[in-house]
Amino acid sequence: MEEQDKTDNSVDVEQGNNPKKITVSIWRGNSDGGQFVDYVLDYIEGEVMLDVVHRVQSEQVPDLGVRWNCKAGKCGSCSSEINGKPSLMCMTRMSTLDISRPITVSPMRTFPIIKDLVTDVSFNFEVAKKIPALKLKAREKDGTYRMQQADIERGQEFRKCIECFLCQNVCHVIRDHEENKTAFAGPRFLMRIAELEMHPLDTLDRRRYAFDAMGLGYCNITKCCTEVCPEHIHITDNALIPLKERVVDARFDPVAKLGRTILRKPKPTPASEIAKLTPAGKANAKSD
Amino acid sequence: MNEIETHYFDVLIIGAGGAGLRAAVEASAMGAKTAVVCKSLLGKAHTVMAEGGVAAAMGNVWPEDNWKVHFRDTMRGGKMLNNWRMAQLHAQESPDRVLELEEWGALFDRTPDGRILQRDFGGHRYARLAHVGDRTGLELLRTLQHRSVDQDIEVFMECKIFRLLTDESGKVNGALGLWRENGKFIAFGAKSVIICSGGVGKTWKITSNSWESTGDGQALALWAGADLIDMEFLQFHPTGMIWPPSARGLLVTEAVRGDGGILKNKDQVRFMFNYIPEFYAKETADTIEEGDQWYGNKKDFRRPPELLPRDEVARAINSEVKAGRGSPHGGVYLDIYSRRTPEDIQKRLPSMYHQFKELADVDITKEPMEIGPTCHYIMGGIRVDADTAATTVEGLFAAGEAAGGMHGANRLGGNSLSDLLVFGRRAGKSAAEYASEHQGDAQLNMSLISDYSKHALSFFDKENGLNPYSLHHELQDTMQSLVGIIRTESELLEAKERLSVLKEKLQDISVEGNRQFNPGWHLALDLQSMLDVATCTTLSAIERKESRGGHTRDDYPQSDHDYFGKINMITKQGNDEITLRKEDLPIMPDELKILFEEGK
Repeated sequence: MEEQDKTDNSVDVEQGNNPKKITVSIWRGNSDGGQFVDYVLDYIEGEVMLDVVHRVQSEQVPDLGVRWNCKAGKCGSCSSEINGKPSLMCMTRMSTLDISRPITVSPMRTFPIIKDLVTDVSFNFEVAKKIPALKLKAREKDGTYRMQQADIERGQEFRKCIECFLCQNVCHVIRDHEENKTAFAGPRFLMRIAELEMHPLDTLDRRRYAFDAMGLGYCNITKCCTEVCPEHIHITDNALIPLKERVVDARFDPVAKLGRTILRKPKPTPASEIAKLTPAGKANAKSD
Repeated sequence: MNEIETHYFDVLIIGAGGAGLRAAVEASAMGAKTAVVCKSLLGKAHTVMAEGGVAAAMGNVWPEDNWKVHFRDTMRGGKMLNNWRMAQLHAQESPDRVLELEEWGALFDRTPDGRILQRDFGGHRYARLAHVGDRTGLELLRTLQHRSVDQDIEVFMECKIFRLLTDESGKVNGALGLWRENGKFIAFGAKSVIICSGGVGKTWKITSNSWESTGDGQALALWAGADLIDMEFLQFHPTGMIWPPSARGLLVTEAVRGDGGILKNKDQVRFMFNYIPEFYAKETADTIEEGDQWYGNKKDFRRPPELLPRDEVARAINSEVKAGRGSPHGGVYLDIYSRRTPEDIQKRLPSMYHQFKELADVDITKEPMEIGPTCHYIMGGIRVDADTAATTVEGLFAAGEAAGGMHGANRLGGNSLSDLLVFGRRAGKSAAEYASEHQGDAQLNMSLISDYSKHALSFFDKENGLNPYSLHHELQDTMQSLVGIIRTESELLEAKERLSVLKEKLQDISVEGNRQFNPGWHLALDLQSMLDVATCTTLSAIERKESRGGHTRDDYPQSDHDYFGKINMITKQGNDEITLRKEDLPIMPDELKILFEEGK
């Protein structure tokens, strides 16, 4: 529960006789309130923000609350706001920050605080239960599924998502509007719908569902989500806008309707039908 | 004591990595009321760090491949110490487990004819690893996560289990944990429990593992009376980052070498050609020209030595550095930039590109990486029955890295993701069957719960005691320097001594603050696991007086095939201390033995 090895030699080699100091101002508190507290540490060459927070933890504040796992930008646990910018602590190199003044580290603002840098992100896990799973067509006669690389690359881009929830955190639809959380799934989960929609072998039609049940219409493509994505996924351009276009096809477009007729595609499935297929919908049905 | 939050399930799974979720999916599909408990949030498990792929003899790229070849590669990679039955089941069943993931939504990279593409990896005769660029573990975990959500499996996130509960006969019937968020205790009654809690890497200083890898599951099993097997076998992955210091130990996928990457020392020599062991000489290229041709023609050429099993490569790197031929930061160079085009590298190794660019400011399409060995995986673990994943304790099952036997003395890359799928499923199935044979909710022993809870809280009682972080550093230093890649009797004995001192010091730890999300307290609890599991490793390492796979003894540099090659080390919790005994390796049936004669 503390830092990766921070080799001893780095201290002598890098700092020489003139140790630089840094001040980090970490938000400390819980749901009852809190404040920023300054910590002064030596500057160590090559560190990332998470190393610094871990040093504060192991040397000064053993009970400092912080989430982390992989420390390599692969698990999406250490999301926070560094100098106000939503970032992964493990991928923020100290050398990219202005260390001449205090660096602030605060918890993600969109989610309720548990303690210090740890927030209650359960909203996201609840939304995940509203996603209707993949429903593939039958296998080929030889028992395989055939898909061309070119046809899955878009889906693969979305599946790079590490669920750091920084896009959820930064999205203004919910960042400043708690009340929208019931109607709006957020970029991460709209992208998941887009991913399922674009799966070459999937048979469900989630377009109406994306609009009616997941709040796709709330998104006004300001691209904030794309900007903070540590995986550099083009959430807005490659997921949200194409999904909006498909939804428009499904809802209003007479040309698309004609196209559907020619391609013998069925009518868009009503959101209520899809809702029954989601884990949340199935759970409701069970309890009824 | 106050009322404690209590839940009852048929099957309780500890750990939400690949093995845990695959077990959960299976148990729940069989109708068992199933729950998963994990220390982190769902989807963050260490499985996401697996990069290169999942090994399965599907034969999509090389039709010559089949389970027998995979079985043979696995046993040879494990230096023949694997549980043969596990290796057999693993090789036979992994193709189905991969195809099933695809049905659940995994998008593996494709062959030109639209099937799942497979890539080369060390020790595998044919290109065998189904993959998604270099983020296969994430794909696998996310797929299983979605599947478990769809099956409405209950998940208790950020909840640490610190003791198993047993009935008067010693049968496991539940577990005791705490919510990390508020520090409150939570008890689970279960008809069967599966441990899928992963590895032990955090006991070493330089490791690719996350904070979660503290040997919790191995310790829980040990304390409940289960056998651990071959705990001396640790895999030091040959390629971890070594610079900058904060990134030290982070994994650099073997796929870099599978896709053509080569190792060089500071004199630009491809030194691996000097380290080809006799055991692999017949199947390894001895010239650069032959090695390079192998990538395109596996029938007529032999594989380059960079793709020897991990233990061989890690030892070679260690020797080069010791001989003064290392890179500036004490590693060697891994070069892909001179071997593949920048486009190819970015396409096939996107997260490596990203990782080096962002953490080290190194562009791997233009310059070499500096790498060195890092503690990565434990081959040993909880002793299980091959077919059922049952441990030696009634009601307790184990799968994935927490279980031992499958990989013998050394694991081949790609075999861990397939291991956790194959045995995760088997464990889920067996545990659900076991639960269905037992009626009624578990009768939990409340006084046991009360004792364990009081002990967990005792860290708050002391003031101005030891800082848990310092104790952890001491433990890591001890294991890194005395029970590392190269071992020797005197150092191992010193480690044993130091571990018992550290265990006494554990009593002097004091934890500051309160029970709400308190990492210092959680570490104190994790240290209990780490110390006992490290002791098992050290004891087994002392007794295995030979070198084999992930256990290299400076004082016994040769493998002893006649004696130790036929012995498993079993550690177990005795009354006061951990005890060790040797047992004969299960004997492989003749119809499998012939597979090894053909290859010679």
